[in-house]
Amino acid sequence: MTTAADFAQQLKAEFGELISEPTEFRGEITVNIADAARITEVCEFAKHELGFDYLIDISTLDHYGEDPRFSVVYELSSISHGQHLRLKTQVTEEHGEVPTVTGVWRTADWHEREAYDMMGIKFTGHPNLTRILMWEGYPHFPLRKDFPLEGKPTEVPDVAFTQTAPMEGGPFVTLASSEDTTHREPRRRNPEDGK
Amino acid sequence: MTQKTEIGYNSKVEGEVIHTTVDAAVNWFRKNSMWPMPMGLACCGIELMASGCSRFDISRFGSEVMRFSPRQSDVMIVAGTVTYKMATAVKRIYDQMVEPKWVIAMGACASTGGMYRSYAVLQGVDQILPVDVYIAGCPPRPEAVLEGLMKLQSKVAKEPWAKQHFKPSAQ
Repeated sequence: MTTAADFAQQLKAEFGELISEPTEFRGEITVNIADAARITEVCEFAKHELGFDYLIDISTLDHYGEDPRFSVVYELSSISHGQHLRLKTQVTEEHGEVPTVTGVWRTADWHEREAYDMMGIKFTGHPNLTRILMWEGYPHFPLRKDFPLEGKPTEVPDVAFTQTAPMEGGPFVTLASSEDTTHREPRRRNPEDGK
Repeated sequence: MTQKTEIGYNSKVEGEVIHTTVDAAVNWFRKNSMWPMPMGLACCGIELMASGCSRFDISRFGSEVMRFSPRQSDVMIVAGTVTYKMATAVKRIYDQMVEPKWVIAMGACASTGGMYRSYAVLQGVDQILPVDVYIAGCPPRPEAVLEGLMKLQSKVAKEPWAKQHFKPSAQ
């Protein structure tokens, strides 16, 4: 049986330097793609030659303060051989563009719209790159690290408005723990408090 | 000699005539057939459905007719988390309801934003609508919904309908 690691090696054999050495974490294989502009041809190859016919999700990361600032992560799977492969690529804040993969998997349409809505990464060639969760005209990208949790006040006449939410002593953070619920329940934990 | 007494009671008339005030009559009509506009936006909507079912039976209070058209409903029950994106739609539906109209904010989210202290959630539907009754709970049990409805009924029963509709003469 061909495993995800073998598929990653096939990708590397096809594209060479573009594809990084595969890394494994808890049985999941990840490869990094050096040039985000070539993501479409890598995905074409993964779908048509390697059989990854199912795009599970596209997610984005904000490494605020680093360069390149954003990562885009593609979770690939296959209905036929059941293997899972993760593709990563980096986008700088100034450039902020990745070619769309809607031509490869049609499901990428909404995933890319969500990534654009929350993180502000543009997907060039997307058929309808509009906001999907927030409303059209909303001026911020809420999942960026420099966007405050309580929000920013905005006003778009006749469309929608927002106000900052009262934190009332928060942010309330839970701790992963095997102790009882009293220890796990969300409490006020500010980084300034040193707790 | 037989004496026929009809003091204070006439069986021919009693049962046909009721003496009351306009306020009391109008409010009695209104409070016993408040048709809800079920604005079910989250899990509170499920509890609202339960209050309509046989075990809790909201029809005991004349509110079993859930109207999905705002033009036919009297009380909007905002059941769930109102996001800013949805807030415009909620306001618009409220504006389409005909007078007289009332609003029940059901649950923590509709009342105050609840646990969602975030950029996306309206911090209480009372910022855009005049709320008559707030129901606590996350989500409130159907009994609490019925209690809120009864509270609204007693509020409606005290409304000065005649004073609002008939102006005193100019003398």
